[in-house]
Amino acid sequence: MSNKEKHWAKTRGHMLLTLALWAFFSMVVFLFGYEINSMSFLGYPLGYYMTAQGSLLAFVLIIFWFANRQEKIDEEFGFGEKED
Amino acid sequence: MFKGGFIQNLPKIYGLYTGGFLVFIILMAIAEQAGASAKAIGIMFVAFTVAIYALIGYLSRTVQVDAYYLAGRQVPTVFNGMATAADWMSGASFVALAGGVYFGGYSYMAFLVGWTGGYVLVSTLLAPYLRKFGCYTVPDFIGTRYGGNGVRFCAVLVLVLASFTYVTAQINATGTIAARALGIPFEAGVWVGLVSILLCSMLGGMRAVTWTQVAQYIVLIVAYLIPVFWISNRIGAGVFPHLMLGDEVARIGELEQQFGLVKNSAADVKAAGVPGGLKSIAVPHSGIAAGGMAVWKYISLAICMMVGTASLPHILMRYFTTPSVKSARKSVAWSLFFIFLLYSSAPMLATLSKISLIDPNLPTGIIGKSIADVNNIEWVKQWSSQKQVFIADFNGDGILQLNEWFMRTGVVVLATPEVAGLPYVISGLVAAGGMAAAMSTADGLILAIANALSHDVYYNMIDPKADVRKRLIVARVLLVVIGAAGAYIASMRITSILGAVAWAFDFAMSGLFFPLVLGVWWKRATREGAIAGMLTGLAAGTAYLIYVYPKFMGNPAWLGIDHLRFGLIGAPVCLVVMVVVSLMTKAPDAATQRMVDEVRVPSGKSILGRQH
Repeated sequence: MSNKEKHWAKTRGHMLLTLALWAFFSMVVFLFGYEINSMSFLGYPLGYYMTAQGSLLAFVLIIFWFANRQEKIDEEFGFGEKED
Repeated sequence: MFKGGFIQNLPKIYGLYTGGFLVFIILMAIAEQAGASAKAIGIMFVAFTVAIYALIGYLSRTVQVDAYYLAGRQVPTVFNGMATAADWMSGASFVALAGGVYFGGYSYMAFLVGWTGGYVLVSTLLAPYLRKFGCYTVPDFIGTRYGGNGVRFCAVLVLVLASFTYVTAQINATGTIAARALGIPFEAGVWVGLVSILLCSMLGGMRAVTWTQVAQYIVLIVAYLIPVFWISNRIGAGVFPHLMLGDEVARIGELEQQFGLVKNSAADVKAAGVPGGLKSIAVPHSGIAAGGMAVWKYISLAICMMVGTASLPHILMRYFTTPSVKSARKSVAWSLFFIFLLYSSAPMLATLSKISLIDPNLPTGIIGKSIADVNNIEWVKQWSSQKQVFIADFNGDGILQLNEWFMRTGVVVLATPEVAGLPYVISGLVAAGGMAAAMSTADGLILAIANALSHDVYYNMIDPKADVRKRLIVARVLLVVIGAAGAYIASMRITSILGAVAWAFDFAMSGLFFPLVLGVWWKRATREGAIAGMLTGLAAGTAYLIYVYPKFMGNPAWLGIDHLRFGLIGAPVCLVVMVVVSLMTKAPDAATQRMVDEVRVPSGKSILGRQH
């Protein structure tokens, strides 16, 4: 495998992992909205909390993490950009 | 001020601007104490902020193609995040989101998840690759990746359909707010709104829109957060509402039990003469319905909004303006952070607004009081004279019950400062925030449409030899024409017929999502596949919309897929057709394959140059 192919394979893996996290917070959690609503978080019912704030915050953190790790992958294969 | 060093000075410039805006708010508060009328304060707020945006628009004028289309590709990460957030959050988000949560409860909050989760798709699948490509518009990518004017034209078609559905609602919102604040008729307000919008974008294109959107974000977020924090502290709910409203949410649950959530029958509502569009509280605030269908309705709506977000051209094109691929990626994260600040506050505002209104232990509570007393409250008088709130004494006991109180969803944001007893200056600020939100989104949308028509249709298809001057004149003329068309439709007040904002997401998702994603992630995708996918996806989605929408054919929804979710029909059709047709046609040539390889690597030159 060439350098480019390796870089792309790793990028694709990273993408799939990120989308798995995304699917968890956007869909899987809400499959159990009714069930988790009897639990409590910060004093809020958990199902309510996730849709009002929790999942939204998770998405923000996921994207920052995604961007940082992708930058490391790019640098590892020598495709990092010098200037910002 | 806008000569060399502007980019380096951005934090200072916008810091000064924010400080200046806060000083302006304080001056208005002093004016109110000194006896200035509510109306004068409203006019000052809207006029002052719009004048600032127009000034920024004028100072950002340009005669360069790359500045006009890409803001010179030098918008720093965080500022592009703010601009995207303003671009994203429409007048409807600002005014109606909290009201939607207030009346719709958990199932409505699928919008919150959908309108934020989509950014994960934008950052992982699209934004960095489109930035590397270096296109001016979204159809520019489709046209170059797949090759040919036919495919480019299909992309323009989807873009125009999706964006135009959205833009009339925005111009409508600017018109409503301008009319209220300036005290002029709605029809005139629409044109005032349009002129304000064009002042921001016409002379400087993307560059001007970028810098005004940053300014508009600052106004709208200040206008949204100040009331939330103020009310929370005033009623002793907590210093930091986002983390501390657990007790209030529980208390609303208790009160719902105590009062009983009654769904009024349509006949009762009609007999009592409740004006159209007004709602009563009938859905639990934090309760969640059990059952497979409820789960599916929630998740299917979230999916449509997420995939639609990742296909809307006016958002994607914001990431063409960053200096590098990695800054495009980071910029998506910042965009979502700035959006999160407002979206996570909407449920808190709904909670505070609801508890202020229904808790009999609070001085502002009205439920359980005598209707004669409630009708004498100043804000009730004012808003009911505008048919925004209504009381229907169904049981005739002269006491206000929970199900006897009606209001329009927008009132939750617009009237809560008054309900909670904040000074009028806050209401003026909220009007300025709503105006900023509607203007910034309208600007982004009009620019997306005009740029696609000027760059993709005019320059690439009709007159490829046109010089820069001519291209920019055409671009500006189109901007005015499209804005005027939107304003004209808005002034005819038929937006309710045109349907929901959600449609824009479904149209975009039906026609554009898979051609964009597969263009980067699947080398084998061909031109024929893309054309067939876009056209059949769009046609299937539209046909289903006509089939299911009550005002058209009104057939029962299949598997709960109603008119808000028709992208769930369009997008899978698009995917299947695109894959099948691509596999049946000849693989893209070596040059195209190399181009896709190049797009996948962040370093190196962009595929399309700065001037093309």
